[in-house]
Amino acid sequence: MIRVTGLAVTFGRGTPLEKRALNGIDLLVEQGEFVSIIGSNGAGKSTLLSAIAGEVAPTAGTIEIDGRDVTRQTTARRAPYIARVFQDPLIGSCGELTIAENLALAAARGSRRGFGRAVSHARRELFRERVKSLGLGLEDRLNDRMSLLSGGQRQAVALIMATLAPSGVLLLDEHTAALDPGMAEFVIQLTQRVVAEHKLTTLMVTHSMSQALACGSRTVMLHEGKVVLDVRGSERTGLTVDDLVAKFRNVRGKAIDDDALLMG
Amino acid sequence: MKAWGNAGALATLLLIAVAIVVAYLVIPPFPFWGAVRLGLVYAFVGLGVYLSFRVLDFPDLTVDGSFPLGAAVVATMLVAGVNPWLATLAAMLAGGAAGLVTAFLNVRFRILHLLASILTMTALFSINLRIMGAPNVSLLRQETIFTPFSGVRIDNVDVTPLIVLSVLVLAALGVLIWFLNTDFGLGIRATGANPRMARSQGVKTNANIYAGMALSNGLVGLAGALFAQTTTYADATSGRGTIVIGLAAVIVGETLFRFRGMWAALVGCVIGAVLYYLARQTALDLGQPGELLDWLEPSDLSLITAVIVALALILPRLRIGWRR
Repeated sequence: MIRVTGLAVTFGRGTPLEKRALNGIDLLVEQGEFVSIIGSNGAGKSTLLSAIAGEVAPTAGTIEIDGRDVTRQTTARRAPYIARVFQDPLIGSCGELTIAENLALAAARGSRRGFGRAVSHARRELFRERVKSLGLGLEDRLNDRMSLLSGGQRQAVALIMATLAPSGVLLLDEHTAALDPGMAEFVIQLTQRVVAEHKLTTLMVTHSMSQALACGSRTVMLHEGKVVLDVRGSERTGLTVDDLVAKFRNVRGKAIDDDALLMG
Repeated sequence: MKAWGNAGALATLLLIAVAIVVAYLVIPPFPFWGAVRLGLVYAFVGLGVYLSFRVLDFPDLTVDGSFPLGAAVVATMLVAGVNPWLATLAAMLAGGAAGLVTAFLNVRFRILHLLASILTMTALFSINLRIMGAPNVSLLRQETIFTPFSGVRIDNVDVTPLIVLSVLVLAALGVLIWFLNTDFGLGIRATGANPRMARSQGVKTNANIYAGMALSNGLVGLAGALFAQTTTYADATSGRGTIVIGLAAVIVGETLFRFRGMWAALVGCVIGAVLYYLARQTALDLGQPGELLDWLEPSDLSLITAVIVALALILPRLRIGWRR
């Protein structure tokens, strides 16, 4: 469960470049819910995810995960509850380490890192089995460096990494945006399988409206750091991409109207 | 690729063997073993520099201070009659503390890593003089960790200290390879390779920078302690250029074992340090009156070192160029 209350993030406070990225977000995501988040560039989607992950410090508001207030915790401190897949495949894993070592890093997420062998025999067996389920033939390349893999392969491994240690929350930050259409489709299907298997509470930021509607059980639209649309259930089932685009235009239009009023 | 890799490794080892034999034939006996001994001492510097520069991605010049710090601590304690092994351990801990200071300046106050390490290095110059109470201390009549071992002679030179040093180097190699493959060690490698990813996996990157820098400079402090005990003196200026020699060891090793994984890189540091000192000794010998390069002066060594490091940096690029 994620509970975001009155969350605000302002970059460059007190400077001429001050930008309000998040402007009072209230969002309650129930256990096991899969929420897709859409919105135009600069709407605050990525900032919201970064704030939940602990990379961006909020200027106001609180963030609770499974009942724990994590607002002031460091990224590493709250990592036990949060798995994350980044937009850039190069950020989500270490190119210089092998596939097995990357998986070992993820398998130890949330537990004390002691002096046990990182890639133990037991872990290697587990990794082989998990990676084999991808059907990419990577199970025989566990000792290859991550940098030898394609972007899509790296994102697929990153999804496996996200599920090795128990966590309540999965954050996906446009994790298919850097991939070719075929690989993007593969990663999306893998995402749905993984989320269902591990019953993860998921927030997925996406640029694709069709992806937003096809995945998950709820869709949230952000605009200028605020939630402007929040649909689920039967209301969402009937929704088409065209409807979403229309709502999107509507919201934008209103904003323009507001501006026009201010100007007038 | 793999087949080529194995053939390449064999060729490399063969090349090293041939190089050592040739060096042995070219160089008069005594300096040869002396060069190997220095190489083995500086192997610890190579390992330490590999940890900071390569594993942590932390360019660290503290070593120019922590090397003489190790020497100063061990010399002072030996003169005071402390057990040599205990004194050596203390020198290692002192080096580690120096590394912690640099890490503290960088992590806590966000001072640029290079600058933080230069500050520590500069401060250590005064501290080392304070510890020794003089610019240099002689250990000629002191008992060192090498004193109990003697007797194996080659070419009329007692090589027992070499055996002791080799055992210590192998032990350090073994511990490092083991350590960097534990969960803790892997966290340190991730801290250097991709700190953002490391944090998202719950790795405490700041704590790891402290641990890695302490370990790195602890190894360099140990090198300083061994240097003082093998050369039987400690000198406040003995640290100058330590970082370049350590880098030379790392780079020579990397050039020999390109892309062969972490353990190969660590072994490369040791072999690189020894090869560096053999090359240096060869240059010194060829610079003797009547020899091939008798226009060389001992003071040219710094220039030669820089040229060797530069060549080691350039050669791998040329090799890639040729293959295309």
